[in-house]
Amino acid sequence: MSADPTVDAETTGAADAAESAAGGADGSEALPDTALSFGDAPLLSAADVAVSFGDLDVVSGVDLRVEPGSLVGLVGPNGAGKTTVLRAVTGAVEPDAGTVRLGGDPASSLSAREVGRRVASVPQTTNLSFDFRVRHVVEMGRTPHLGRFDAHGTEDDAAVDAAMAAADVERFADRSITEVSGGERQRVLLARALAQAAPLLLLDEPTASLDVHHAVETLELVREFVDGGDRGAIAAIHDLDAAARYCDEVVVIANGGVQAAGPPESVLSASAVGAAFDAEAFVGRNPATGTPAVTAFPESDADPRSVHVIGSGRSGARVVARLAAAGHEPSVGVVPEGDAAAGAAADAGATAVTAPPFEDPSPEALAAARDLAADADATLVVAADGGVAPTANGPNAEVAAAADRVVPVADDVDDAELLDAVAAASGAEPAE
Amino acid sequence: MRPWARSAAWSAAIAALLAVVVVVSAAIGPVRIPPETVVKSVLNALAVPSGIEASASGVGPLPVPGVGPLTLPGVDLAFASPFAFPVDSVHQRIVVGVRLPRILLAALVGFALAAAGTVMQGFFRNPMADPSIIGVSSGAAVGAVAFIVFPAALSATVALPLVGPVEVALSRGAGTSLFAFVGALVAAFGVYAIATRNGRTPVATLLLAGVAVQTFLGAVVSYLQLQAGESLRQIVAWLMGHLSGAAWSEVAVTAAVVPPLFLLLLAYARDLNVLLLGEEEARGLGIAVERTKRVLLAASALVTAAGVAFAGVIGFVGLIVPHMLRLVVGPDHRTLLPTAALAGGTFLVAADTVARSAAAEYPVGIITAAVGAPFFVYLLVTREVTEL
Repeated sequence: MSADPTVDAETTGAADAAESAAGGADGSEALPDTALSFGDAPLLSAADVAVSFGDLDVVSGVDLRVEPGSLVGLVGPNGAGKTTVLRAVTGAVEPDAGTVRLGGDPASSLSAREVGRRVASVPQTTNLSFDFRVRHVVEMGRTPHLGRFDAHGTEDDAAVDAAMAAADVERFADRSITEVSGGERQRVLLARALAQAAPLLLLDEPTASLDVHHAVETLELVREFVDGGDRGAIAAIHDLDAAARYCDEVVVIANGGVQAAGPPESVLSASAVGAAFDAEAFVGRNPATGTPAVTAFPESDADPRSVHVIGSGRSGARVVARLAAAGHEPSVGVVPEGDAAAGAAADAGATAVTAPPFEDPSPEALAAARDLAADADATLVVAADGGVAPTANGPNAEVAAAADRVVPVADDVDDAELLDAVAAASGAEPAE
Repeated sequence: MRPWARSAAWSAAIAALLAVVVVVSAAIGPVRIPPETVVKSVLNALAVPSGIEASASGVGPLPVPGVGPLTLPGVDLAFASPFAFPVDSVHQRIVVGVRLPRILLAALVGFALAAAGTVMQGFFRNPMADPSIIGVSSGAAVGAVAFIVFPAALSATVALPLVGPVEVALSRGAGTSLFAFVGALVAAFGVYAIATRNGRTPVATLLLAGVAVQTFLGAVVSYLQLQAGESLRQIVAWLMGHLSGAAWSEVAVTAAVVPPLFLLLLAYARDLNVLLLGEEEARGLGIAVERTKRVLLAASALVTAAGVAFAGVIGFVGLIVPHMLRLVVGPDHRTLLPTAALAGGTFLVAADTVARSAAAEYPVGIITAAVGAPFFVYLLVTREVTEL
């Protein structure tokens, strides 16, 4: 819609940037203001993009959209083409097919400078071997805003100051870029991208070499960047839990294309993750954030069995999760309502027979649990933390009595023992 | 301090050093001349335009329809010398007629080589690169040596496109310089063409193409030396780099070529900084990478060609001077490029002063290599060079 979104932005940008710099000095970490807006057009839309290197097709049929106010996470196994997709967005690789639009305009029709004003990239690392000062590297982010003979103006300085404050690099602003650590270097690159003040931020593994504190700070900063509403970001992220926690949308890139896309809760299912990464996965809930938490296991090639688990608490939950990840069909009970094992069963889509806490189970519940145990290929009795078996007395003794094949399992059983025990009890050869 | 203000301050300091070295160099020689006499002689030789006067030579007669043959009067600028210090006329002639052209040519050639070296080191993101890396020096060598061996045949080729096959006798100096210049540009263009595919010129490919072309042209030069016969001495002198016999005309030609191209390179100083991040990041920061690379390559090839055309292959100036200045002023090309260029001029003037004050005059290339090679080794030993 806007024919030339840059025109009035130049003038307003100066005042805003100065303001945000003042905010940065107070420690409120205001971000450099973005000068562009594209009305209703998405910041990024890619349709049916295909990229190949010579004869090797890397990705094809990729559709992407980044709307203002949203953070899109690209997840997928190594070599799936996440970085390639990001490079196609910036024009560093030429797509074989499909179009990439930035703010509504085809990227191929924009000059390098105009692309630089619309997209700011944070690469995984930089191979700068000349010893520029950190501040100078951040100043390079202003390049797309400067003409050949322009000196840095006050708005450029303000944007640089604000970006350095936001990315927490002021402390080593005068050190050489060759002397800072890998994590610090990554934050310098983030600061440079923020100083670029483009409405779309593109991050390639932004937290790959960061400590936990700065990883969270970085993702919070990206969140803050997009939460203003006018800006968006797309990030290739290895950490699925972080993707689930911070992204509005997750795009799974695997096997040469987009495997799944949508909100993290719907996309990050055990089956989708398992298919994309060739791994067994259990998707639970992070107890601290409430967002999906993905745990991957090596592939066990177990024959699927129905397994009833008698056991509660952390050890019960762990066995249910591992069995579900391995492709077995677990059930659990009887456990108290709200027990960790019941939660794991719910996350795995498995049946849990529960009783109100501190009460004996109802006869119906007990009957249901006995039926599950009787029908199962194997029944595992999982010791509670500390090693006490749940069948020593009480209602679960009756459940165990109903089962054909009962296998006692220690509370600290390792994965291989657990899966071998199931295989042995249900009459199959143990998996190697 | 703002980057350009910092650059101007450093440049002024090194320009002052250059001026001092020029004066001292002009004072040194078989005839010792006091420095103040040098300064006075130079000032005496200054000429400023003082007015316009009709000249004897005009243009015409031109056949103008309706008017008849018309002769346009020629116009000359009149020059006047603002200074007239009493100076021994022999000293005046030695300074202005003999030493100054050589010193200024040395300054310009050193300036050109160091500027091109700075740009090449940035361009290749490699502090070990130098201006000859894209084949310019070896191309110049082939051109110059070929002319020295076959002067008559090559003189004729110059006239060929203009007036047909006629007997043209280029003077030895002019012919050597012309063919060196052309050879340099042809080699640089050849390297560029070999390394370019689908409009993209990866620097790694460019580097390797440069090595291949340099090796091949080295073989050509060796072959020509075998054919050289009596002119072998001249060839060796040219290949080692020399500034003896410099004339004001050579200074004028170099001064017309080098400074404008230097200003063009200086205008790309910030782009050069960003290119150091790598091409992909530079593109992300809004640099039109391939176009910028073409401009930088063409301008530095021309600058280097102008540098080696008159002086022959003078090694190490373009390698060590940018390097030393990077240690002093830092990697920002806005400061590095002008200071390295001025320091290159200073270094070559000093090296040439040593070369011509020795008992027997040495080619200046020997001096620069004798200083430069150990420094290069020092850099190799003290710095970890991990990538080309």
